[in-house]
Order: sequence, then structure tokens, then C-alpha cells
Amino acid sequence: MTTLLRETLDHSSIYMPTPARIVAVEQFTELEKWFHLELPSGFTIAHQPGQFVEVSVLGIGEAPISICSSPARSNGAFELCVRRVGKLTEALHRLEPGSMIGVRGPFGHGFPIDRFQGKDIVFVAGGLGLAPLRSLITEVLDERGKYGRVALLYGARTPKDFLFPDDLKSWAERGDIECHVTVDRPTDGWDGNVGVITTLLPKIDFPARNTIATVVGPPVMYKFVLQDLLAKGVAEGNIWLSFERQMKCGVGKCGHCQMHHIYTCQTGPVLSYAEVKDLEEALS
Amino acid sequence: MRILPKHLLQAWVERLRVDHRVVAPRESHGQYIFDEITSADELVLDYHSSVLPPKKYFLPPREDLFTFNAKTMEMSPVIEEIQPTVIMALHTCDLHAIQLLDRIQGTGHVDQHYQARRRKTTLVSIECMEPCMAQAFCKSLGTLSVPEQFDVHLTDLGDRYAVDVGSDAGEALIRGMGFFWKPSDADYDRFNEVMAGKWPNFDYRLDCDVTDLPNLLGASHDSALWDEIGERCLSCGQCTKVCPTCYCFDVVDEIDLKLEKGKRVRVWDSCLLEKFAVVAGGHDFRNSRANRLRHRFMRKGKYQLEAYGLLGCVGCGRCALSCPAHITPIATLNTLNERRQASPGESA
Repeated sequence: MTTLLRETLDHSSIYMPTPARIVAVEQFTELEKWFHLELPSGFTIAHQPGQFVEVSVLGIGEAPISICSSPARSNGAFELCVRRVGKLTEALHRLEPGSMIGVRGPFGHGFPIDRFQGKDIVFVAGGLGLAPLRSLITEVLDERGKYGRVALLYGARTPKDFLFPDDLKSWAERGDIECHVTVDRPTDGWDGNVGVITTLLPKIDFPARNTIATVVGPPVMYKFVLQDLLAKGVAEGNIWLSFERQMKCGVGKCGHCQMHHIYTCQTGPVLSYAEVKDLEEALS
Repeated sequence: MRILPKHLLQAWVERLRVDHRVVAPRESHGQYIFDEITSADELVLDYHSSVLPPKKYFLPPREDLFTFNAKTMEMSPVIEEIQPTVIMALHTCDLHAIQLLDRIQGTGHVDQHYQARRRKTTLVSIECMEPCMAQAFCKSLGTLSVPEQFDVHLTDLGDRYAVDVGSDAGEALIRGMGFFWKPSDADYDRFNEVMAGKWPNFDYRLDCDVTDLPNLLGASHDSALWDEIGERCLSCGQCTKVCPTCYCFDVVDEIDLKLEKGKRVRVWDSCLLEKFAVVAGGHDFRNSRANRLRHRFMRKGKYQLEAYGLLGCVGCGRCALSCPAHITPIATLNTLNERRQASPGESA
């Protein structure tokens, strides 16, 4: 008998996490670490790519972090890629394998992967945006035959800031996913692309009509990527974006993540451009 | 309908106190607050408004969510089992507000902390006969009469109350008590006379119809008015504290000096406060007082309706009364309406 992690919420308090063990940690960059976590036996996370969990360090607090592992491969274990950027993530970065944290979730709506079958897919990742997309990319590549052409466009600040180096290498080698990377600022020895992520879009020549674009990155990136995707002719309902907001409770109660009538933690964090284009605050 | 003679009111409340905590409006420093009463003669049914709305009995300003031991990872939920409670003399605006809170806390994952308090509480409301204050606009918002869901509702007929029962929990406060009479023809006549007589005492304070409010706000997103009142707003969050439908909260951990035993606590928060929509890394999705103020108005008159099917404002006027910058919903909404009419099609 397995229990879905999210079912625990309704048993006692929707705000009380379940303990999870850190089984491995890898330092990706100066600011980003990868955590491999294990739920208590009998629990499974059963998430959609693009969903997030609320991560607790007891005594410090809680923060929403998107799951970066593939659902099919997750089971009782799952992975997070965490940037050290606030109080909670600083505490998390200090933890060693064997340490315990708390998790609640998964929450919200992820990428509607069932609707991607037979389509060409462009993954557009800016910086840490690769983390939630890696969950989707792995899922898509595991069942590669279901999809049309697949491409990853990935931008980082400098060559030192690339996340998931092993994955990037294996994706580049497998040949059935077009990979283009770029950096804002090159360092010595970098002979790849330099420039913002939109400079990679012209490299993709998929017919727009059958193209799905999934876009995750810093807020500033969205406006420019959207402009170019729409100009290319990608349908508004086929552009999927993940929204970052202060999703404090994860259950649509605390109000912090509300944009217009949408609680990002419930209806989002992944929403189509068609759903948000008239919401003035969403992309400002 | 039943009839409760006024001279039996105290006896009824004393009887309720046998097996309930009874909460009612009470005078405090020239204002009214909801507080537990220790004797039926403290009961005040005729009051203008309370400083804080009764939401504090379901969502306390500060409450423990769970306790933990950070070393052993043991956690234990804190679901407060309150004694059966009766809240007396709620105005219908506050009743409408509780209906909205019920819907929000019961949508999706049910908030057990709210639910535990709410299901042990029975609400006794009272029909308003006169406007309570100049800042209220209940008639415009349709909250001057009892909502669909209520427990017990009183209407003052002079020397007696008409008593309507709307739920099983309400019936349980009435049945077998011996204080309630069957209404006579004269009681029905008096009731209808009183109800018809009260409406002219209240004015429509908004220049637009309540059904038009979402359209008005939708058309006013880029209005210059937000900047104008944003200039005056102090971002103090007072309006949200006194609001009967505001429920947003912050969560903090507290831990002992050994960094072992602690608890996670939620406290009232406010979308008017500076850090409310800031994400880790510092990006602020509502980085000006104007934006935050606009968000609050939009939420009250548009967003909550779209999300939950009920308006987020009940017209109680508490925010206007408590705002140190004298920002009021009546003036704000009427100004938006005026400007829309002055330049239709354009942003107000």
C-alpha cells in the first residue's frame, strides 16, 4: 500500500509537512545545489512535471521549490535543485546527506503533458528555470516516441552557471533532442553562443502550428520570449509558462501568490499564455 | 417565524450560557468589541459596529499550526477544540463575510484549524434598522439582508423579537427552551411593517450597481486614481486587519534556545504591506502602494467574485473608518465610476 504524499494534508493539518531524508547532495554552482530526497517508506510523491513542494527546515521556515525529477522515475524519492537566495534556502544548503527536512505537496498544476503528444516541443529555460523543465524533459525523453521534434534552449549567466551538467551532456549526445545553450557573459575558453535566450529561437525551424513551447525562467525573460514565440506564430494556448510567486501555503489560503483571481499555487504555477494574457499583473 | 418577548432575552442567553461560550458585542472605550460575556445583562444588541469583525473567532490574529521537535522531526498538529460557542447579534454584513470565509476555507483542501472552530460556533444575527455609520454601504452591496446561510436571525419588533431559524444548529438553540412563542397575525403584520419601514432609512451609497462593480474595476485597472490614492496610502495594513473578509496570513517558525522544540505559527498579514508579494531573490510583483491598494480593491470587487462566486466586500465600512489617510471604498468606487462616465471607453 502506498500513500500519496498529498493525502497526508487532509489527515491532520494542511500545514503540517511529512519528514523526508536528504540522501545525496551535489553542488552544481556557487549558488545552486541538487538534493536527492527520500520519503518515509510507503509514501510516493506522484507529481506532474512543473508542480512544486513546500520545503520545511523546522525552526527556519518553509518555501516553495519545484520538483526537478521525472514523475515516472520518482516514486518514494525525488529531486530538487535549490538556489541559495533566502533564509530557508540558506539553511537547506547547510544540510548534509542524512539530514531531515519536511515536505508538503505536490501542489498546483504542472505541464499538461498528455496534450503534448504528437507535437513538436521547444523547452525554453532561463537559469534555474531548467529545474522544473528537467522534470518534463526527462519524462518526454523517456517516452520520446510519443512526440515530434524536441528542442531545448537554455540560457545561463556564465558558463559556470549551467545546472544539471550530466543531463546536458547526455541530452546533447543522444541526438533526438536539439540542444542550444547560450550565456550572458562568456568566460575564457567559451566558444559557444553569447547573448540572451531569444537569440537561440531563430535556430529552431519547427512549423509553428504544431509547436508547444514551455517557458520557465526569471520574470524579465517572459516578455521577450513571448514576443518572439508569438511572432513565429506559436498559438497562445500552446505556450506554457511557469509563474513564480510567493506561494507561502500551497493550498490557496494565505493570499500571497494571488495574481488577479488566480491563486498561482492552485491554478498555476504552470499556465498557458492564453489564460494569462489579459491579466495585467501576470507578466508585468 | 417564532417570537421572543424582549423580557425573556436575558433568560434565553443565560440558558445558552449553561452549555455554550456566549460571545456578544460589548462596549469598550466608547467603541464596541466582540467579547465573551459572563452574564446575560452584559448583552448589547443595539450597537453600531465592532472594531474587529467576528472573524477573530475563526481565524485568530495569531495561532499555532503545529508543534515540532527539529531534532527528532516529530510533529503534532494543533487543532484547537473550542467549547460550543454562540456569537450573538451579528449584523448581516458580518454574516455575509463569514459565508465567504466558509467558502474559501472549505475550497480545495479544507483548513482544519478554521473548520474546528467554525463547526462549534452558532451564529445569532440581528436585522439592522438604521445605518450604523456614514462609511457603511451595505444596501449597495446587497448585504443589508440575511444571506442564504444563517442559523438564527432576530428582527426587533419593539417589545419582542421575530426569530427566524435557518439551520439545524440554529434550531438547537431554540427548541425546547420555552422562551419562544408562536407568532400571532399581529406579529406577522408588525414584522412586515418593520421590514418595509427600514429600507428607506438606508441609502444606496455607490453610484453604480453592484453587478456592475466587476466591470467598473476591470475597466479601471490603469486609472490614475490608484496613483492618486496610493500617494496618500500609508501601507499600514489597518484596512485589512478590520476587514471581515480579509484572511491572508504569514507563517513563522518559533524555536527554543536549544534549537529543538518549536512551533509553526500563522499571523494575520496584509496585501498592503511592503513585502507581501516579494519572492526570494527580491523581485516584487506589487512594488508600489498604488499597486497594492489597487490589488485590494480588485480583490474585493472583482477577483474574489471570479474565484469564489461571492464578492470580497460586504460594505461594512470598517476599512474607511480605520484608514488614517481617509481612503474609503465609497469615494474610490464613485470616483472611478464618475471618470468612466466622463470618458467612456478610455481608462478612468
